Amino acid sequence: MSETAYEPDVTIDARGATCPGPLMDLIGKVKEAESGTVIELLTSDSGSKNDVPDWVDETDHEYLGIEEDEDYWRLYVKVA
Amino acid sequence: MTHDIIIVGGGTGGTVLANRLADRLAPELAAGEARVTLLTDDPDHVYKPTFLYVPFGEKTVEESRRPLAELVDDRIDIHVDRATAVDTDRQTVATAESGDLAYDQLVLAMGAQLAPEKVPGLAEGAHHFYGPEGAVALRDALAEFEEGHLVLSVVGVPHMCPAAPVEFVLMVDDWLRQRGRREDVELTYTYPIMRAHGIQTIADWATEEFEARDITLETFFNVEELDPEAGTVETMEGTELDYDLFVAIPPHHGNDMVAEAGLGEDGWVAVDRHTLEADNAENVYAIGDIADVPTSKAGSVAHYEAGTVAKRITSRVRDEVPTAVYEGKTVCFLEAGLEEATFVEFGYGDEPVVREPTSALHWSKLAYNEAYWLTARGLI
Repeated sequence: MSETAYEPDVTIDARGATCPGPLMDLIGKVKEAESGTVIELLTSDSGSKNDVPDWVDETDHEYLGIEEDEDYWRLYVKVA
Repeated sequence: MTHDIIIVGGGTGGTVLANRLADRLAPELAAGEARVTLLTDDPDHVYKPTFLYVPFGEKTVEESRRPLAELVDDRIDIHVDRATAVDTDRQTVATAESGDLAYDQLVLAMGAQLAPEKVPGLAEGAHHFYGPEGAVALRDALAEFEEGHLVLSVVGVPHMCPAAPVEFVLMVDDWLRQRGRREDVELTYTYPIMRAHGIQTIADWATEEFEARDITLETFFNVEELDPEAGTVETMEGTELDYDLFVAIPPHHGNDMVAEAGLGEDGWVAVDRHTLEADNAENVYAIGDIADVPTSKAGSVAHYEAGTVAKRITSRVRDEVPTAVYEGKTVCFLEAGLEEATFVEFGYGDEPVVREPTSALHWSKLAYNEAYWLTARGLI
């Protein structure tokens, strides 16, 4: 696994799942996570780059950012 | 030595697999070289798609149920007991009443369970049509529902039969119109993500249908809490909605045994999406809703997966290299109301085409629901 600046508490590996699987996996994890948890979402679906921040914008949670790897992305969300 | 194959679960996946193995392994079963046990805590097979029609009085819950003994080949041992644990090192399945059963190859096919308790207020305040009691209670509530706000809310994802929420809301629209009540009922459909359905083409089709029929669509709607006394629902996104009748697709979970055996998080078995073999143990497969694969939790998926696993197990029994793979084939009929339906077919990564609904496809769906009992027998 690559180095990251965000120090995640939980990682969801949704690589290989097609849209909107990664976002649904994230929503499920956010529902069960405690406040302050940093979630790392691994996704190979480029749609997640927009879907995830769009959804987080609708909530009180915080979108921390995205990092790109060779063939997937790592997105970071902090639970409110 | 007898090669022992245990299938846990008597739903679509387990039943189709048992019958396919009875055919494929006929010589080995006759010679006593292989034995197939179907372990299930229910002596009946339940065909869950029946429940969608119960709230509209079009089918009864009794029609969903048939004895496994009538559906499963005589060469299969049906063992009625509850599996309580899996030990993948010792290759045993613990049972509630008959001790540990040893396996050479194990297939987990226990399906998905409803978990309304995950959302406060849901168990007390929401209706559903995902089980016999829920479907009957919803039928009775609908019969008396003359006016007000009916909300169909997809609360849990993933859930069984991804088409069903769209089907239900289109069917209830038709049902209310037929009874002259539609003008007094406001209909709302909610979905957790930014569109009406996980699959883009189905979302596009459903959105058009909703607009044409005056059904309100709420997206990014993740239910946090239901207040049945006040008749309100609150979401993670801060939306609050009043309702008079709340129909939920409840949250689902897999099976605690799976997590306890280290086979997957949240009770879903982590598997290779093509071979359906468990990531974390040898000689273990998962099919149907309990398998964590990137396609729908639908009967057709369990059916096609069972075909793949039957071939792989047979290869192993014969010391051959298994070559059969599952490519994600999924087939779903979609009711567009009470008199028309459409249908979709797709594999991993494909976007299905949603055809124009027709009366012929509606009758095909109803006909298939009857022919399903031949599918369970492994015949189609």
